[in-house]
Amino acid sequence: MKAVITVIGKDMVGILAKVSTTCADSNANVIEVTQTVLQEYFCMVMLIDITQMNCDIDGLKQRLSANVPTMTVHVMHEDIFNSMHRI
Amino acid sequence: MLNMSDIMETITMIQDENLDIRTITMGISLIDCCDSDIDKSCEKIYNKIYTYAKDLVKTGEDIEKQYGIPIVNKRISVTPIAMLVGASGGDPIKYAKTLDRAARDVGVNFIGGYSALVQKGFSPGDKALIESIPRALSETEFVCSSVNIGSTRAGINMDAVKLMGQIVIDAAELTKDRQCIGAAKLVVFCNAVEDNPFMAGAFHGPGEADCVLNVGVSGPGVVRAALAKMPDDASLDEVADMIKRTAFKITRMGQLVGVEASARLGVPFGIIDLSLAPTPAVGDSVAHILEEIGLDMCGGHGTTAALAMLNDAVKKGGVMATSHVGGLSGAFIPITEDAGMIAAVRAGNLTIEKLEAMTAVCSVGLDMIVIPGDTTAAVISGIIADEAAIGMVNSKTTAVRVIPAIGLAEGEELDFGGLLGNGPVMKLNTSSPAKMINRGGRIPAPLQSLKN
Repeated sequence: MKAVITVIGKDMVGILAKVSTTCADSNANVIEVTQTVLQEYFCMVMLIDITQMNCDIDGLKQRLSANVPTMTVHVMHEDIFNSMHRI
Repeated sequence: MLNMSDIMETITMIQDENLDIRTITMGISLIDCCDSDIDKSCEKIYNKIYTYAKDLVKTGEDIEKQYGIPIVNKRISVTPIAMLVGASGGDPIKYAKTLDRAARDVGVNFIGGYSALVQKGFSPGDKALIESIPRALSETEFVCSSVNIGSTRAGINMDAVKLMGQIVIDAAELTKDRQCIGAAKLVVFCNAVEDNPFMAGAFHGPGEADCVLNVGVSGPGVVRAALAKMPDDASLDEVADMIKRTAFKITRMGQLVGVEASARLGVPFGIIDLSLAPTPAVGDSVAHILEEIGLDMCGGHGTTAALAMLNDAVKKGGVMATSHVGGLSGAFIPITEDAGMIAAVRAGNLTIEKLEAMTAVCSVGLDMIVIPGDTTAAVISGIIADEAAIGMVNSKTTAVRVIPAIGLAEGEELDFGGLLGNGPVMKLNTSSPAKMINRGGRIPAPLQSLKN
């Protein structure tokens, strides 16, 4: 099972580090990361493996939000994107 | 990997454009709860509903957390209670209170099925149930009621039309201290469907399985936002195509949630209702889609054509995205639940006559319309008869859910709060159809019924 994390907000030092540390603490393996910085806005999409995760998706989202409080964080199951954008 | 723009599109839909699963509705058959003793019958009903639906709300919430999609309502629909009243006799209110108690205990926000199907005539159970509707709706909190008074196959039962005119008034009168909420929980149908997941008209038809899970999707905000990104000179072919694509995506999400919920609950998946169901939230309005297509304000000339295209494109887009389509499937146009409709009524741009025309091309009918409190039963019966005629001749579902605002006059407003919204009292043509309504009898089924 995989999930997609998105983090959007004003760019600052250490976002990627904090997000990946939180994933490691939750035992979620990071598979792929894409990020762009447009002017000062940071946008990151991260694909993670949640099979061995030690909390649920909502729990991970809350941990992330607590660690990068100024950013907008979403964590959603991969299935939702696959079903919506693939025939 | 997934395309980044696809991911951002989905997130924007949920975060900014009010995309949600409007309802997961568990349909439960109560036929096997039938008993000649009404108290035993009620006990069996309570036990069956509780056993089947006790995990419904929690499962819905778990899926919300797992997928990050809001599931706004969890609801139950049951076998039309008139059938049980017919077998058990006794005071139908006992059934209403049992349903209410079961709904409260499992935590759903509505339970539908306090219903009777009388398109061709009344059985004693139907009559008793219909007469008890105003009291049932005033003495319960979660129970919703519907009555089917006509169909393309059977014609229109005008005795029932006459009776329902008075029942609607009584339902409002008995709840006049609570914004006449009784009438907002009562729908009068022509061609009612058996698998509708949307309230207040949901019931679990006699042709359905013992227990199924039906899903109603939503997403007017998403369609509006997609259209807003198109250039002003895009042709209507392109507009229709954009609506189809968007409806496809919305419906796929409904399919995913429906299949997942039915697997977790161990209940067969029924249907997806491909509906654009508005809410009073800003940006979640069907009227605003019509305005995005190119109307100055909903209700002007051109509205019916725009709605016809929208309704058709939603179905075309959604039908490929799901394994089973059912319910009402189309665009809803409830007044009080749609910010754009409310604005159009307040501005005097949307009249009940225009709404009637719109119901010939949308998914249901005259929905959530606040009418003057002094409206006569005959006029309401006339409204019901007109809507039923449109449904009967066009082989489609039509419905009337009007709320007589007891004590209020034209221009004043009722406020239900929550998803039911608020709305101004609309002007009606008050010339009396009493002579026709009092004739009673049946309007014969039209030639369209002879399909065999």
